[in-house]
Amino acid sequence: MITRTAIAPVSGGIGESVVRPDGVPKLTGEFSYSSDLHHDDMLWGATLRSPHPRARIRSIDISAALAMTGVHAVLTADDVPGSKTFGQERSDQPVFAWDEVRFWGEAVAAVAADDPETARRAAAAILVDYEPLEPLTDPEEAERRGETFRVMDLTNGDRGLRGEVVVEGYYETGMIDQAMLGTESGLAIPDGRGGVDLHISTQWMHVDHRQIVASLGLAPEMVRLHPAGIGGAFGAREDISVQIHLCMLALHTGRPVKIVYDRAESFAGHVHRHPARMWYRHEADRAGDLVRVEARILLDGGAYAETSSAVIANAVYFAVGPYRCPSVSIHGAAVCTNHPPAGAMRGFGANQVCVAYEAQMDRLAAALGMDAIELRLRNALGPGDRIPTSGQEITGSLPTAEVIRSAAALPLPDDDSGDPRRLPGGTGLTTPRAAVRRGVGFAVGIKNIAFSEAFDDYTEARAVLTPAGLEIHTAASEVGQGMVTVLQQIARSATGIEHVEVVFADTSQIGSAGSTSASRQTQMAGGAVFEAACAVRDEALRRAGGDRLSGDGVWRDGRVVATLDALLADGPISHHVTFRHPPTERPNATGQGDVHAGFAVAAHRAVVDVDPELGLVRVVQIDTAQDVGRALNPQAVLGQIEGGIAQGLGMAIMEEVLLDRGVVRNASFTDYLLPTFPDMPAVEAVIIEHPEPWGPFGAKGFAELPSISSTPAVVAAIRDATGRPLTRVPVRPEDVAGL
Amino acid sequence: MIRFTVNGVPRTAEPAGPESLLFTLRERLGLWGAKGACEQGECGSCTVLLDGEPVCSCLVMTADVADCDVVTVEGLAAPDGSLHPVQQAMLDHGAVQCGFCTPGFVVAAAHLLDRVPNPSEDDIKEALAGNVCRCTGYGAILRSLTALGEEA
Repeated sequence: MITRTAIAPVSGGIGESVVRPDGVPKLTGEFSYSSDLHHDDMLWGATLRSPHPRARIRSIDISAALAMTGVHAVLTADDVPGSKTFGQERSDQPVFAWDEVRFWGEAVAAVAADDPETARRAAAAILVDYEPLEPLTDPEEAERRGETFRVMDLTNGDRGLRGEVVVEGYYETGMIDQAMLGTESGLAIPDGRGGVDLHISTQWMHVDHRQIVASLGLAPEMVRLHPAGIGGAFGAREDISVQIHLCMLALHTGRPVKIVYDRAESFAGHVHRHPARMWYRHEADRAGDLVRVEARILLDGGAYAETSSAVIANAVYFAVGPYRCPSVSIHGAAVCTNHPPAGAMRGFGANQVCVAYEAQMDRLAAALGMDAIELRLRNALGPGDRIPTSGQEITGSLPTAEVIRSAAALPLPDDDSGDPRRLPGGTGLTTPRAAVRRGVGFAVGIKNIAFSEAFDDYTEARAVLTPAGLEIHTAASEVGQGMVTVLQQIARSATGIEHVEVVFADTSQIGSAGSTSASRQTQMAGGAVFEAACAVRDEALRRAGGDRLSGDGVWRDGRVVATLDALLADGPISHHVTFRHPPTERPNATGQGDVHAGFAVAAHRAVVDVDPELGLVRVVQIDTAQDVGRALNPQAVLGQIEGGIAQGLGMAIMEEVLLDRGVVRNASFTDYLLPTFPDMPAVEAVIIEHPEPWGPFGAKGFAELPSISSTPAVVAAIRDATGRPLTRVPVRPEDVAGL
Repeated sequence: MIRFTVNGVPRTAEPAGPESLLFTLRERLGLWGAKGACEQGECGSCTVLLDGEPVCSCLVMTADVADCDVVTVEGLAAPDGSLHPVQQAMLDHGAVQCGFCTPGFVVAAAHLLDRVPNPSEDDIKEALAGNVCRCTGYGAILRSLTALGEEA
């Protein structure tokens, strides 16, 4: 546990908006992403995918593909040397389908060829004889049939409690794509000794490694994963995509092999945010105190398990939101269908329920005749309270009332400049200013930080003091969020050494850092780096009998008593740490227990302009107050807030993977609409700082929160403008116009 | 054989059929700065200047750039390595996260500020509407370019 919080005086330490060390190479084009890797001798891989959401495979004929000039390998399930399936939580997904394909886009075969065009044509030349079968696409039917990944029946408190004021609602959220700009890609290089080096963009190298070696049937040390530059993640890189295929093709051909998915394949190649169906009943007393919440939550997990069992747990645990409630019953199920697999995406189950419980809070306020913000404040969770679902006492910081008050207190935007580009519909001039209706909506969200339910959640890091400065070795993934900067800042403030280099190690050099997900690396990798750096500092001070360390060396009573060169004449000081957060428990049979390591909250207020006839929406402003524990890098904090809000806005009014009997109909950026520059409103953010007990210097992971309550805030604002119920997100023009 | 200039240097390429300029730049000329993210001209990650105008290089056939002048993100910093003002402003304002969209934004924004030295917020948003960023929510990019405009 971290107990030492003394901050060394040093430039570039915590609290400063330090610029990213990878900023210049990213701005000049020199930064190497996994899609930029090149080897003179390399081949290109391509994947053949199922055109059916469900079909029996009668036969696969690779002979025509294999006979093509420039084709070096065509591999199917028969060629998988080890486990023919993989999966992070359950090994249920075929490396290549053999008897049956279970979702549109499932991998069936892979090809290696001299160039990408030949590889694509060869994949298309593989003859697969499919017998199409009726796909299971209705999640309720799936639950009836018992096709589930996890079912939870959580009850807390006296089920008999009843409130006088009751509101009920049914809500849906659509399937959302992470749409990270860098598609899945990597380069596998055979080592000539039967092993392979895989250069890959992933959120968690070591969990990939475990699945890869199982399917390759190789000893763990024969496969090494090397981190390559990552073009965004947001959950899409938490599960396997190109990894096993690349290694198989490289080992089979004895040549380096590169795969880069195109955008259409990327939609098939990674998990999505679970579509949700949610039935809610809120009961309160006349004064506005929540008395009982009942809900049924159905998440469509698609064809394979991925992380569905953890996502449904989050949805269930946060089904009530950041509010006290003495009586709660939640039924949750993640079901198995023939839809593309769902899994991790920023917020991880907390987003869907927030859409529902915040709509319910607004309905309840209306039924009570009470101000909606006042109702939220009255029920706001705080330290010492218990999470209403799990019953876990909140022992860390959780400033729910403060984020609500702070967001609500921000000034509303002035009326517009009159520039027609600020009308809903823009310069299409589809509506006159006088016909535009403005609405304001408010929402609050909560999520856990790091892994839960007794998962052995740890992060390794090594700090090495050399005459040049401090090196930090980690396997943690820098996906773009700025962890590399924050780890430098933590190490500087822990040691007083200004020159800090973060070295992204391969899997043979250091153990797991855990996933870059669950808002966990600031606290987990940050915690490990803090402890390792403190240990190195303490050893340096002990050796030289000093009281302070800096780049000049060890100091005592205000003067240097040993330079780094002298101190380290016999070699560097190195310290390796395995950091764990406070242990969490498995839930009991009714879902009770101290299942989480910590929590964060945020509040959002959205202002929208709506053209009620055409159903066009322009989001004018989104204001927020964000619980961060302590802002280690204020500029990076704001970047996470604004980026998360953009994704929340997308989920509210733009983004949805459209499915037609199991087939994805919009697997492109032409048809899957992402927020662009003009879609994004101004953001005013209040940073709320209350130290988190186990975070380095009191910092708290929070970066999923901006994407959670921003969505219901936008939907509430459109309801305010139109008076329509809007129980489904994304809200579509026809919903706004009432067609 | 196609002859054209890239960042002021005469280059030749032998594209295979309808090969895109993006593919030629990356896979044949080793200029990895322009990124492919949608292959449909929707995201702007592959933006380069073609005879001074921003284009999505994924939509331009290399066969069509004979005798043209191409500028990529690699050609924007000064010969001494000092950053282009747009690059420096985006660095200072935290406008880079994963960075995959960044080369396209740098090229498009440099072109905008060349034409309109002090653009309004709406001008910036409109000019860069063809460049998608999934990480930043555009706020830091807007602050970078607004600050640059105010200096102009």
